[in-house]
Amino acid sequence: MIAALATLGQSTLGLLAAIGRVCLFAFSVVTHMLRPPFYIREFSQALLNIGFFSLPVVGLTALFTGGALALQIYAGGARFNAEAVVPSIVSIGMVRELGPVLSGLMVAGRVSASIAAELASMKVTEQIDALVTLSSNPLKYLAVPRVLAATLTLPILVAVGDSIGIFGGYLVGVNSLDFNAAGYLKNTVTFLELWDVTSGLIKGAVFGFILSIMGCYHGMNSGRGAQGVGRATINAVVSSSILILAANYLLTSLFFTS
Amino acid sequence: MIELRNIHKAFGKKEILRGMNLSVPKGESMVIIGGSGSGKSVTLKCILGLIAQDKGEIFIEGKNAQDATDRDAFLARFGMLFQGGALFDSMSVWQNVAFRLLRGTEKKTPLEAREIAIEKLRRVGLSPDVADQYPAELSGGMQKRVGLARAIAADPEIIFFDEPTTGLDPIMAGVINTLIREIVVEMGATSIAITHDMTSVRAISDKVAMLYDGEIKWTGAVGDMDTADDPYLQQFITGAPDGPITTA
Repeated sequence: MIAALATLGQSTLGLLAAIGRVCLFAFSVVTHMLRPPFYIREFSQALLNIGFFSLPVVGLTALFTGGALALQIYAGGARFNAEAVVPSIVSIGMVRELGPVLSGLMVAGRVSASIAAELASMKVTEQIDALVTLSSNPLKYLAVPRVLAATLTLPILVAVGDSIGIFGGYLVGVNSLDFNAAGYLKNTVTFLELWDVTSGLIKGAVFGFILSIMGCYHGMNSGRGAQGVGRATINAVVSSSILILAANYLLTSLFFTS
Repeated sequence: MIELRNIHKAFGKKEILRGMNLSVPKGESMVIIGGSGSGKSVTLKCILGLIAQDKGEIFIEGKNAQDATDRDAFLARFGMLFQGGALFDSMSVWQNVAFRLLRGTEKKTPLEAREIAIEKLRRVGLSPDVADQYPAELSGGMQKRVGLARAIAADPEIIFFDEPTTGLDPIMAGVINTLIREIVVEMGATSIAITHDMTSVRAISDKVAMLYDGEIKWTGAVGDMDTADDPYLQQFITGAPDGPITTA
């Protein structure tokens, strides 16, 4: 019994220590964001890698999700003669929930993994130590540009995802469910409020921060060897996905419960 | 002058350095020898502040390294050749060499930095054509030379070499040893190299320090090494399986 309690206590302490380390790391990254030097070139590169190259994966995910959502809402709505709500529910569902969450998760899979693998490889091959000996702070040079780029580009990716998702719903609605094209668009716009869109974009920024912090943290604190790189990558994707879903719940309750 | 006084460092319960003392006078080339895991790399990392020692003090030109408030200025005095080169994969060779020159307070223009990088590459026996290639396109020996060019790019006062000949064929190892010796003498730099390659030791050192069990067991001029009666040193030089150094 005592052994079981000791194990539980040890695990709890370990978890709390890990949370503390991640929070300190995130705090340190944020403080470095505000102090020069600023690495513009590295930031531009990160913008391109994280933002631009994630567009196809976010766009395709949103397109199919929007289409499937239209079909589901139509089928569900038919049970109580509410098929007409398809355009408004698709648009609200996309911008408030599915756009940010799916973009966050897809980018977490692509970007968080890639950041963790890249930084972990740099650590294993002593490139991070080399940066220090060359008078460059690895946190400032490697983490800050990536975190800043992900935090700024995720809302844009979410906006693009929202639009493509709504378009996917529109395509299905008009071509498969016999909706009138003009009517579908009118209903989409009429019931959509500005706060629906902005809340999703705020979520996107938070998710971008989370996924890039987790990628950088696990990459820069990876173990040695190929196994260390692999573990850092897995940990980055798993932790950022879970944190994105948890943050989504917290933000939704904060934004939409009175 | 680099001086290490009573340096202790442990990782968890494993004590790596147990009161290490070492002095390297200005302009001297010191080689630290010792088995794998004896704490040679840890020693260099403690001096550079990459890891913090648990106890003890490190003095550079009489000043405690821990008191260095301007970290960039402190590190600007050092150049380091890493064991695997540690070149940045995403940058071309000249950008690697000129990394320090393109950043910091004494930042140069890209054109000036490139010129210096090419000159340093030439100094280590590489042609200017290599400048625009990427590290992955180079052989191990060439990567080591690029690493060496990067280490000397900003004309540091102190240069560290971490296993400079590991993974190289004997001829390339000889080339690197010669380059290291020439460059250190030419620049008048203080250098510390760590290695278990005895050919390298004889080629690049003025003095040798034998590290075992977290302490310096013997230190002296390279010429006195073979005749010294220290059992640890003799076992290491001869590679005898029996002796005070255990391999467990």
